[in-house]
Amino acid sequence: MNREWLRAPRRAAIATLSLLLFSCRAFAAGPQATPSIFAPASTPATDISHLAYFVLSVVAGIFIVVGGLLTYVVIRYRDRDAKDRREPAQIYGSNQIELAWTVIPILIVVVLFLTTARMIFAIQDAPKPPSALNVTVVGHQFWWEFRYPKLGIVTANELHVPLSSDKDPRPTYLKLLSADVVHSFWVPQLAGKTDVIPNHSNLTWIDPKHPGLYVGQCAQFCGVQHAKMLLRVYVDTPEQFAAWVKNEQKPGVQDPSVAAGRRIFETEACMNCHTIRGTAATGRFGPDLTHLMSRDTIASGAVPLNRQTLRQWIEEPDSMKPGVLMPAMKLNDQQLDELTDYLMTLK
Amino acid sequence: MADQTFPIGGTLDLTPPRVAKKTFLEWMHEWVTTVDHKRIGLLYIWFSIIFLLVGGAEALALRIQLATPDSHFLSPDTYNRLFTMHGTTMVFLMGMPFLFGFANYIVPLQIGARDMAFPRLNAFSFWLTAFGGAMLYYSFIGGSGLYGVGNAPDVTWWAYAPLTSRAFSPGHGVDYWALSLIVTGIGTLGGAINIIATVLGMRCKGMTLLRMPLFAWLMLVVSGLLLITITPLTAAQVMLTIDRYLGGHFFDTQAGGSAVVWMHFFWIFGHPEVYVLVFPAFAIANEVIPVFSRKPIFGYPAMVAASVGIAFISLGVWAHHMFTVGMTSVDNTFFVLSTELVGVPTGIKIFNWLATMWGGKIRFKVPMLFLTAFLFQFLIAGLTGIILSIAPFDWQLHNSYFVIAHFHYMLVGAIVFAIFGGFYYWYPKVTGRMMSEKLGHWHFWLFLIGFHVTFDTMHFVGLMGMPRSIYNYDPSRGWGHLNMIISLGGAVQGIAVLIFAFNLIWSYYKGKEAGNDPWDAWTLEWSTSSPPPVYNYAVEPEVRSRRPLWDLKHPEDPDWSYE
Repeated sequence: MNREWLRAPRRAAIATLSLLLFSCRAFAAGPQATPSIFAPASTPATDISHLAYFVLSVVAGIFIVVGGLLTYVVIRYRDRDAKDRREPAQIYGSNQIELAWTVIPILIVVVLFLTTARMIFAIQDAPKPPSALNVTVVGHQFWWEFRYPKLGIVTANELHVPLSSDKDPRPTYLKLLSADVVHSFWVPQLAGKTDVIPNHSNLTWIDPKHPGLYVGQCAQFCGVQHAKMLLRVYVDTPEQFAAWVKNEQKPGVQDPSVAAGRRIFETEACMNCHTIRGTAATGRFGPDLTHLMSRDTIASGAVPLNRQTLRQWIEEPDSMKPGVLMPAMKLNDQQLDELTDYLMTLK
Repeated sequence: MADQTFPIGGTLDLTPPRVAKKTFLEWMHEWVTTVDHKRIGLLYIWFSIIFLLVGGAEALALRIQLATPDSHFLSPDTYNRLFTMHGTTMVFLMGMPFLFGFANYIVPLQIGARDMAFPRLNAFSFWLTAFGGAMLYYSFIGGSGLYGVGNAPDVTWWAYAPLTSRAFSPGHGVDYWALSLIVTGIGTLGGAINIIATVLGMRCKGMTLLRMPLFAWLMLVVSGLLLITITPLTAAQVMLTIDRYLGGHFFDTQAGGSAVVWMHFFWIFGHPEVYVLVFPAFAIANEVIPVFSRKPIFGYPAMVAASVGIAFISLGVWAHHMFTVGMTSVDNTFFVLSTELVGVPTGIKIFNWLATMWGGKIRFKVPMLFLTAFLFQFLIAGLTGIILSIAPFDWQLHNSYFVIAHFHYMLVGAIVFAIFGGFYYWYPKVTGRMMSEKLGHWHFWLFLIGFHVTFDTMHFVGLMGMPRSIYNYDPSRGWGHLNMIISLGGAVQGIAVLIFAFNLIWSYYKGKEAGNDPWDAWTLEWSTSSPPPVYNYAVEPEVRSRRPLWDLKHPEDPDWSYE
């Protein structure tokens, strides 16, 4: 009873500690809102997390031994008697001991190095199976372009890849290119990051084992809005993926009821930067909008896509993503409504 | 009239100094035109303290912004400028000037010299560094003025090309950054040459290289390392400036230049730079730990060899900052090995410090408190360094908050803790007064708590996928609570540093009289008066062992009888 006052802080301390330890570790398989590297859902990420556990335990072992010795020394050899000014025995060194603590770290280095080397080659030089899907990722300030060369699809910011499994491996190989500065492609649950560098094509691969939406983001500072250059990877079941491909391969919807909006798109500056297949708009600076409404977000994952956000985005992109390269087009209210209506039909 | 009783006979001229009230202008003139190594050392140190406070204030602004998700305290522009300036300031205007400050003040005293080898070069180097720092900070008000913090660079302190090209960074932010680093770089070279010349040429009678205090040894090694590593940095800055103004294409990817070449140039400077910053911490540890453990340093030759070894290996590890740029698997493997090898000499150092304390009678005065914390934190920073050297693990951790936590553990947990320890240790020598123990304890414990709350927690947000350099994150990512804890720890550290600054000033006027040798120490600087006279030693001291003052205090059992 009289210890009651101790319990609350102790409970809080335990809760904090477990929160810290387990916040990195997700228990459910599949996509998480917090993209922890210890909730892997694809072979490279899983392999890395296994290596990570091994390295962490080696390092924890070293910490316990050396930290323990240090603690022992600090407690055991502290100056207890301020009056006794005699100096302790003066010891200058010992070659045998010196040798021992040179050799032991070398052995640890050898073990860590061999384990690591094996993993580097296993992930980086993994043979590409013929069933692999090829996607070209182009980093732009501050959005992602995804091109599927064999499928004839160009989309932006939301990458769709097929589900892979041990029985039916369908990995996706991503060729990474940059249109401007250095970016980095990082979806922690799927794989480590790989930089996206202009004039320097890179390759990475994923084979997600659980369907759903995986989040990540650009991991190399690339300018004002680096923070909102988000990544969304949708892992689709085979049926979902086939349906998505079929829809994306179609040209843009031509709905006569929104012809006014389409005219604005084709006569204002929109078409200089954006493409809508089946129209005069073939710009390459901004995302392909042919199937804009098949996406859940705009502004590279920063804003959910609906009529209201889309209208605000066209009116004043800077209000949602300060520093974005898309200019405000200074359209009047009627033009804004018509243009939004048109874009809303691009399913 | 020479003192015959105090340690080394005749080292002190006890003629009372001329006491005359100086006018402010006379005082200023004396400091600006000084070529005295002690005054230049103090100028360096004041310069670093100011930039420690400035860089710290920038860090706190960043932490306020990140404490809550989707915060609007700073605009993205401002945030990017502040974190670029924070990094650049702490490395070039805080860390390196501290190194030169300590080296300038202590090394000549320790080797029994009257000044540095080139006093005028010394003053020139300081003023160049000061000018470079002023130029970097002028960027805040230069250009378009203070609003939106002017023209301060916003390209990160590693400034990857081609973001720094004129196409992506119009304005003059990058120019201020590149030019001020060229200028401080020249100042650094001058300082490094001076230290090398001093250590190699100005040692007193009997002080062979292997009798030299380890502090001076580390300053020698670090200066050699600086001569090698500042060169590629300066070369890269010159190339960048040529790209920006003379139509060069070194890093201009639109015209066939290479972004990766910049990375190589930057990190072949940038990685040894980490050791440049941490060696002064080792140097301080090598002085403080033996004195407060009341034992000589364990394995002196091994410590020297380990320092040279670390410096040598550090020149071959730079590409571990580039595991994610798509090098071949063989290249990656090579840099894994070279990086892990650094762990061997580093391990030797930690074990030797441990063995120095083993069997001693450790006096936990404030300097030793800081150095004990240094040992623990340096151990952890080294171990997270091993973690980051595992290339596949680094593919996940690179540019995440785990990396930020790791290098702040090194830069704050090891380096800043050691520097604080060094302050409490040498302050009595410099001013003649002790720093307040009571304020020192407050400073130490608050800083320790704040440090661990901030940087221990930071590892976890990194594992949870939070990348660095972002001014904003969505609440759904679940990083909010931990970031709030990190920021609160930052505030505690801020308070601790203010207590330290207050202690520096308060103790100057009210501190206890220190005497010449308050710690019962063994190196030569404690044989002269506190503060030392301009000429340091009236008569050139002569040493016969690594611990000249031990020999004098213990004539029955002198060190030289074992050499």
